[in-house]
Amino acid sequence: MPDTPILLREQQYHQIKAVLARLRMDASAKAVFLVDKDGQEIASQGELGNIDTTSLASLAAGNVAATGGMAALIGEKEFPTLSHEGDRESIHISVVGRLLLVVLFDDRSSLGLVKLRSKQVSHQLSTMFEAITEASTDDLDSPFAGITDEDIDSLFN
Amino acid sequence: MTFINYASREINCKIVYYGPGLCGKTTNLQYIFDSTAPQARGKLISLATETDRTLFFDFMPLELGTVRGFKTRFHLYTVPGQVFYDASRKLILKGVDGVVFVADSQEERMDANIESLYNLEENLLAQGYDLMKVPYVLQLNKRDLPNIVPANELTAELLRKGEPVVEAVASTGAGVFDTLKAVAKQVLTELRKG
Repeated sequence: MPDTPILLREQQYHQIKAVLARLRMDASAKAVFLVDKDGQEIASQGELGNIDTTSLASLAAGNVAATGGMAALIGEKEFPTLSHEGDRESIHISVVGRLLLVVLFDDRSSLGLVKLRSKQVSHQLSTMFEAITEASTDDLDSPFAGITDEDIDSLFN
Repeated sequence: MTFINYASREINCKIVYYGPGLCGKTTNLQYIFDSTAPQARGKLISLATETDRTLFFDFMPLELGTVRGFKTRFHLYTVPGQVFYDASRKLILKGVDGVVFVADSQEERMDANIESLYNLEENLLAQGYDLMKVPYVLQLNKRDLPNIVPANELTAELLRKGEPVVEAVASTGAGVFDTLKAVAKQVLTELRKG
């Protein structure tokens, strides 16, 4: 029994994007991503260039899952933030409920600033996503409700 | 967990290839990657050891096409098959929408198949899923090798719930897309149910 699908409405998507845009500006970050803990990219904002955001989302989730596994082994619930500092580019990941807030930044910003600004929007994002999840459970008006066998077969022809 | 984005008109589902070590999970993904147009798929990410054994997972996003105006994208994952990577396997099953069990048809791998299948049921349960209710396909791989168990015997041993069974030779691509189609179809049918 797979979980209930998450339905992200257009308006909710734009609200999330607006929060990410502000965070990106306040943190002087290059790009900001919101990712589900299962590895699905929800929204992104910023200088994405050639970044493969789908793979980044999947790897960020794998990264958090692996460190979460380590946390459990030493009796911690989870490690709520992860930072990876490179020569030029760095990544900060914070766990926000069932979401991951991923901030990509360079020397125009600093880890301290990114941490601070990420924390400031965490609560807001968490509340927004709770509302989305609740609405997904109530409203099963999925575009796939009326799908036919022919629709499915057509994908493979 | 399926994620439907109305703004970008996309639907994303997660499919995991499971099975014992060296059964051909990565080979399945590699074949799909090699034979799909670049615009329909992303990169194949392999977190592997220096000897090319899967360490954490392989990952590849694949776009199948459009249904009702929504792009359907499948995120394909493999797990590391080796017994001692169990913690990683458990993590990768999180949020899964469909599972492919890749069985190694060689006689000497029968025990490994059974152990891995048992491990799959256990790890799904740990994530709150029941194999009996998850979209699921059994692939009998390596059908080209000389020392294989007959398909009916292998099926009798590994079949769990009347799931589709596909005979395959992942290295040449035989059965690879049939397997993917069988699991993707079940995932989409599941979505229709809501």
